[in-house]
Amino acid sequence: MNLDSFLLMRHEIILTIVTLIILIAELADWNKNRVITLTLVLFFITTITGFLPVQEGSLFGDMYRTGPLISLMKNILNIGVMILFLQTAGWLKKPEYFGKVSEFYMLILSTLIGMNFMISSGHFIMFYIGLELATIPIASLAAYDRHKNISAEAGIKLILSSALSSGILLYGLSMIYGTVGSLYFMDVAAAGLNTPLQVMAFIFFFAGMAFKISLVPFHLWTADVYEGAPVNVASYLSVISKGAAAFIFTIILYTVFFSIAEIWKELVYVIAVVTMTVGNLFAIRQKNLKRFLAFSSIAQAGFILLGIIDGTELGMSTIIYFVLIYIFSNLGAFGVISAISVMTDKEYMDDYNGLYKTNPKLSLVMMLSLFSLAGIPPVAGFFGKFFLFTAAANQGYYWLVFIAVLNATISLYYYLLVVKAMFINKNDNPISYFRSDFTTRAALLLCVAGIFFIGFLSPVYEFIRSLSIGM
Amino acid sequence: MDFLTWFVVVPSLTVIGIVFTKNMNQTRLVAALGMSIQLILAISLVFMYLAQRRAGNTAEMLFMHTHSWFSSFNITYSIGVDGISVAMIMLTAVIVFTGIFASWMVDFLSREFFISLILLSTGVFGFFISIDLFTMFLFYEVAVIPMYLLIGIWGSGPKEYSAMKLTLMLMGGSALLLVGLLGIYFNSNAGGGDLTFNILDISKVKIPIEAQRFFFPMTFIGFGILGALFPFHTWSPDGHASAPTAVSMLHAGVLMKLGGYGAFRVAMFLMPDAAHEMAWIFLLLTGFSVVYGAFGAIFQKDLKYINAYSSVSHCGLVLFAILMMNKTALNGAVIQMVSHGLMTALFFALIGMIYGRTHTRMINEMGGLMKVIPFLGVCYVIAGLASLGLPGLSGFVAEMTIFVGAFQHADNFHRILTIAAASSIVITAVYILRVVGILLLGPVKNEHFLTFTDAKWYEKVSTGFLIATIAGIGLAPLWLSDMINDSLNPVIIQLSQVILP
Repeated sequence: MNLDSFLLMRHEIILTIVTLIILIAELADWNKNRVITLTLVLFFITTITGFLPVQEGSLFGDMYRTGPLISLMKNILNIGVMILFLQTAGWLKKPEYFGKVSEFYMLILSTLIGMNFMISSGHFIMFYIGLELATIPIASLAAYDRHKNISAEAGIKLILSSALSSGILLYGLSMIYGTVGSLYFMDVAAAGLNTPLQVMAFIFFFAGMAFKISLVPFHLWTADVYEGAPVNVASYLSVISKGAAAFIFTIILYTVFFSIAEIWKELVYVIAVVTMTVGNLFAIRQKNLKRFLAFSSIAQAGFILLGIIDGTELGMSTIIYFVLIYIFSNLGAFGVISAISVMTDKEYMDDYNGLYKTNPKLSLVMMLSLFSLAGIPPVAGFFGKFFLFTAAANQGYYWLVFIAVLNATISLYYYLLVVKAMFINKNDNPISYFRSDFTTRAALLLCVAGIFFIGFLSPVYEFIRSLSIGM
Repeated sequence: MDFLTWFVVVPSLTVIGIVFTKNMNQTRLVAALGMSIQLILAISLVFMYLAQRRAGNTAEMLFMHTHSWFSSFNITYSIGVDGISVAMIMLTAVIVFTGIFASWMVDFLSREFFISLILLSTGVFGFFISIDLFTMFLFYEVAVIPMYLLIGIWGSGPKEYSAMKLTLMLMGGSALLLVGLLGIYFNSNAGGGDLTFNILDISKVKIPIEAQRFFFPMTFIGFGILGALFPFHTWSPDGHASAPTAVSMLHAGVLMKLGGYGAFRVAMFLMPDAAHEMAWIFLLLTGFSVVYGAFGAIFQKDLKYINAYSSVSHCGLVLFAILMMNKTALNGAVIQMVSHGLMTALFFALIGMIYGRTHTRMINEMGGLMKVIPFLGVCYVIAGLASLGLPGLSGFVAEMTIFVGAFQHADNFHRILTIAAASSIVITAVYILRVVGILLLGPVKNEHFLTFTDAKWYEKVSTGFLIATIAGIGLAPLWLSDMINDSLNPVIIQLSQVILP
């Protein structure tokens, strides 16, 4: 392995090294506070080095590909994980988790490595390995609160349902291999899938991916797992894991399955409508904020499909842009929930009544994040959603856009319920004032900055657009 | 920085300034200062605009400025004003200015109150200066969302219900609107050029008639919801009744005008063919809402509901006039927007002041107020007379122009509708005079009323200013209608190309 190939794979290699360093620190029985600081510093360096320019290139006989676009996707995930790590530092210092700090970091980082390989894959086996690496450690993370039944249940639910979906996906891949004779993306693309068996293979593949992105009707695990898992794991699942899956899903649809675009566009249309609607309608009824955000994130995944359906570089750029904004907005919301849950163990909407009186700053961050999720200007979510709608309208899917905007209005209703709880509802016994620790505040500040500026800064979007590819 | 951008910058700076204030006194001083600057800017804009026109500048839009934003979508930050937008900006500046004084005594979370209020006005100002559909839509939504907090936190009655209903209905409207705008955008290259959001560029393109048929109703209804188009007006009475004084003023006075202005500037101007084809449907709806709103007002007992229904009627008249599609009626529509904005703001300000004293808005619980608070009583009568169209006040000019314009159509359909709509003036007289009689005249109903003090200085600033502008338009309407008239030409040309092929 020479220096060039090292540079191509640097995201994965650096992450592996960081993971190993944490393992060594754990073996050397370091003080956990030092492990936390060490990880934050190392991961910060990782995030920065990710931004160094990268060449177009491939390794292992095209099993692994990279380029500016793929590197950008990995960087976006890195930024998300960086914010998440800042948010979790305070939570990990709680006594019941203090002994398991390194486990948390190592598991998160190994899933991140898996996601990076998944995004970089040029071969379905590579893709599958990445996918599994990105999923299995999360199951153990979901069961991180193992003394709580609900957390253990979440872990089991996630691992079982994800095993099933992987099976379905593999079945689809086997049909592709059976008909094409190769699993390289290039070969499959060149073969021009069109026979019924290949279409069926695609549908199995689609089902497997839909599970990862939690599209309806493959979403049933989502709410239970989010509710049972610790807040920060739920936020990782809803933001990073979903973002990575959406990225590779778009790439594969655009570069491998473009020959049956007419078929998958119909499928995506229907699934988008169902996902947005079901996600939103169920979110209205939720009282637990983690379940609430679980359904909201299902609905958001439905919006992402509006970008996918476009099929040109416009569509891909809007997806990446939306995911970037979504990371900031959703981590903002989860960050507040996490901060409050660390201090008070409260996770229900009613607990937030009157929060503005006692914790005005947290309430404002929460409100901004929710407005960004709902797509209200001037915060960034508006731009993300507007461009996704533009992408769908570009192909003439005006009714789909209309349904989507109506759904955005429904989503505004339940986001406003939380705003109402914090700002309007009276409470004799509100959550008392507390000051979160430095890292949490830094993370929330980053989120707010992202929410405010990414929308207005058109160069961000233009940069993404310049790298995007179409069918 | 170019001149028009200041209209967005000044309120934004005011908001930032308010964030750093320590107590209620400072807060309202900063708010009043910022909005005074805004008012001065608006007045100087009017003079600069008139000077430019006198100097022979016949460009469609003046003070234009374009700054590229999202270049791959061809989204630009484009601003510019014509006579209509100048009139609307002036109206907004006056109402926000008086609104600040009308809410001088808001003491619960006053900082947050003024921030939301001024944020809302930022959206409105931005909307009126935009000539790019994207920025226009952005500002439109900025103007809608602070409403929720303003009504939800500082409102009265079933405020949470009303706030949610208002927000969701308006956002539902913007759902239609967004589809309409995207449709316009993706058809803006019909002439062979690039896709664009710029209104002036799109107006030179002939959008295919099939597309117009699909997107015109969406855009028109989308804006119409904000303009209280029947049957989408139901948010308006509840919202107005629950909102705090300044918010009712701003909402009925300005925000509902966004609907009329948008329907005119976007829906009619860009899609004249479909507008011409479908006008009859919307004429029936608006004609109905004119009469229905007036009848609705008769049966209400709550002062704010009376005024909210009267707003439905008067704003219906705006859309009604726009759909008549001739110069006189369109001119009347714009004057009606200004006139109704001022008048209804005065009404809501007065209702707020009366409510602040009596703690009830039910007319049957009040009586003889003229004897205890003569200043406010007289103001109320003036507002009422303006509302029923007494010559010498702005309402007369507006309604007269509208009906004269509407009657220019020679066919029975338009004439019957015009007569029906004109009957609303009589119904208006019924509910106005009824309220004045019960509320102000007769014996003082309650011992407690005798302790009331008449208007304070800030209340006099607020009401006096509004009355002066209403009388100003009523007595000297020509400067306003001349200013509007020139700017109507591009629209008239667009429409006439359809009528006379």
